[in-house]
Amino acid sequence: MRFTLNGRARTVKSHPMKRLLDVLREDCGLTGTKEGCGEGECGACTVLIDGVAVDSCLVPAAHVEGLKVITIEGAAKTRLGKALQNAFVEHGGAQCGICTPGMILAAAPLKPGASLHEIKTALAGNLCRCTGYPAIFRSVEAALTRKKEVIRARAR
Amino acid sequence: MLYGATIRSTIPCGKITRRRIDLPAGFIVADHRDIPGKNYVALIEPDQPCLAEEHVRHVAEPVLLVAHHDKHGLIGIERHVTVDYAAATPNYDPEKSDLCFKRIAIDKGEIDRGLRNADVVIEGEYRTGHQEQLYIETNGVIAVPGDGQMTVYGSLQCPYYVHKALVVLLNLSPDKVRVIQTETGGGFGGKEEYPSMLACHAAILARKAGRPVKMIYDRVEDLIATTKRHPSIVRHRTGLTRDGKLMAVDIDVVMDGGAYATLSAVVLSRGVIHAAGPYRCDHVRIRGRAMMTHTPPNGAFRGFGAPQTQFAVEAHMDRIAEQLGIDPVRLREINALKPGDTTATGQHLGDDASALPVLREAVKRSHFTKKRRQLKGTNRGIGLSLFFHGSGFTGGGEVKLASKASLELTATGARILVASTEIGQGTRTMHAQIVADALGIPFDAVDVHEVDTEFVPDSGPTVASRTCMIVGKLLERCARDMKKRLGRQTPAQYFRAHGPFTVTAQYEPPPGLRWDDERYAGDAYGSYAWSCNVVELEVDPVTFEVTPINITAVAEIGKAIHPMMAIGQIEGGTAQGIGFALTEEVVMQDGRMANAQLTNYIIPTPLDAAPIDVAILERPYLHGPFGAKGVGEMPIDGPAPAVINALRHCGYDVRSIPATPERLLTARR
Repeated sequence: MRFTLNGRARTVKSHPMKRLLDVLREDCGLTGTKEGCGEGECGACTVLIDGVAVDSCLVPAAHVEGLKVITIEGAAKTRLGKALQNAFVEHGGAQCGICTPGMILAAAPLKPGASLHEIKTALAGNLCRCTGYPAIFRSVEAALTRKKEVIRARAR
Repeated sequence: MLYGATIRSTIPCGKITRRRIDLPAGFIVADHRDIPGKNYVALIEPDQPCLAEEHVRHVAEPVLLVAHHDKHGLIGIERHVTVDYAAATPNYDPEKSDLCFKRIAIDKGEIDRGLRNADVVIEGEYRTGHQEQLYIETNGVIAVPGDGQMTVYGSLQCPYYVHKALVVLLNLSPDKVRVIQTETGGGFGGKEEYPSMLACHAAILARKAGRPVKMIYDRVEDLIATTKRHPSIVRHRTGLTRDGKLMAVDIDVVMDGGAYATLSAVVLSRGVIHAAGPYRCDHVRIRGRAMMTHTPPNGAFRGFGAPQTQFAVEAHMDRIAEQLGIDPVRLREINALKPGDTTATGQHLGDDASALPVLREAVKRSHFTKKRRQLKGTNRGIGLSLFFHGSGFTGGGEVKLASKASLELTATGARILVASTEIGQGTRTMHAQIVADALGIPFDAVDVHEVDTEFVPDSGPTVASRTCMIVGKLLERCARDMKKRLGRQTPAQYFRAHGPFTVTAQYEPPPGLRWDDERYAGDAYGSYAWSCNVVELEVDPVTFEVTPINITAVAEIGKAIHPMMAIGQIEGGTAQGIGFALTEEVVMQDGRMANAQLTNYIIPTPLDAAPIDVAILERPYLHGPFGAKGVGEMPIDGPAPAVINALRHCGYDVRSIPATPERLLTARR
């Protein structure tokens, strides 16, 4: 099976029905993608497939043939990924941290200046038991503001 | 490395008649006969077997263990390893149980006199259900066998609990057992005692296989097999004067311990000590019992008995206010504990008793009085709760623990050595801040050693809102001792001249702290934190769905060492409390959790999150580090009664939680 993983072409030999989550963790050694429930409820295993946030525990490996997959390891290298990561640190968006990779990837497709309701909706499929969410909203808001400033700065 | 799986009982109660194992080569199977030491999970009572021998007391009780090199090879293993039983009749009602794990009696004054002198006596019964901790990372460990040794890595809160359990199970000397905490994806009490069981299982398999064994529960197994918050039944009989002064408080607390004792005795203890709420009364009688039922054992969960009993007292207070025609704020103002007052156990409160300040601040910030008037008769309601939470182990617990903390001088600063675990609450940061400030060095010059029993002393478990107030204080003492020894030199200068040294401090009770375990009287805790919640919510009159609109949480915690993280504790605990109040229902059918999935065990999601206005007040506790008290557990004590009191305000009489739409349907007045 061939797909693009964090910007690089990757070939993996695995059962076509193996969960993408297990392919990433076991075959690719990327353990930043977490398992919380295995049934698509908690979002800890969120990755981006062609830019869309998806629960990797519900995706059979065969499904991503030819597609672009971004995990938290890849997102950490992007400008927005870094902005989100820093904002989660600054605003206490991560406590135990297990939901954080999924939260960051679920927030990644948001546009600068997204409303609180849009943020909540984007994160609706991701559960956090530590923060009760307000600190996560503050983190995402801060990162998106920063993203907006970066874009504005570039426009000038 | 091998992967391990657990074969669990399928019935709630009965005798094992046969174990049938039909497996090809390559599988390792272990039962109780593979245990070289004692077959129980060492904690308080030696009653819970690590692997069942003849009898089972609950569904999902571990009976056999299987290991295999391919984790996928373990899927469906229970079809090849079966256990036959002669079933007996289970009992699920704690009040009909004939096995009591613990009874506690608190008496202050003369209850009969208090009731006699009261103008009115108001009674009520309140119930709470199981609640799942629901850390997002399920329980998991890896056991690595050595030559007469065992090392366990795991997602856990209390490395020395696991260490003790392994020493007893494996019959090894303490120096042959090593426990290392790995990054832990949440705990909330759910990884206080349960990891000892899982570590024992992995160690049994690892010992038999002679290879490392990894055991990680999937969500369903974690929900079915591991501990939950104790369900409770609390009955109040309260005598008052007509103008609302408490004259007599008579409380009966029943907790459902589940099948084995685990921590029920201590959960009950914290529950009964907090049962009278933050109120002054001369005549108090509290009776508590933790009973055995044929459900999986209940255990530690943030709050540890106090959320159950303070739900009852705070829901009761609003019923009293209503019956006496007194404003609920006024009723609390009349009776709230003040400096110089004594609690139900007779503890004299110091100047940091802050029930009134938190109440007044919360009422002001939330515009409670105005909204209470405006919302009357609408689908919106507003309610409040006043509560407190003792920091540290109960009674003589801290003295018995005799915790230690160490600080080692390094070439660039200092290194913290404690067994306190970081499970998301900020242990490492907060401890490093305390040491940096006490030592007068930059934060970055303080390291925190990994939690590994080979290197760190036993600082006691990471529970009971004690990590800052108790262990943080030990570290502050270490840092001050180290500073004395350094004199005018910086750590780097001293290290170059003299090399490293280590300072260790051991817990000593603050002067004058007294506790009588026989009479259950005296200073139950070194200090209390205080809080008031206000919840404004809306009920959909068609679906009976409840939506919290605004939440106010005012907390007096002595000193916020790291304000942002303290706010994080309050927001997170409050959200868990909202779940406890409204949606989190463990449905038990024939002793088995029927909704053991995140699809239908519903915790708050981002879309459910109401804004939480948090305010922190600081009235320093003399014996806390920089004045700090505990903060971790308290926030979960108050949201449920505030929600239920808001529901009462808009016309729903709820005495039992969670307040699901089904319950509200019949609670409309």
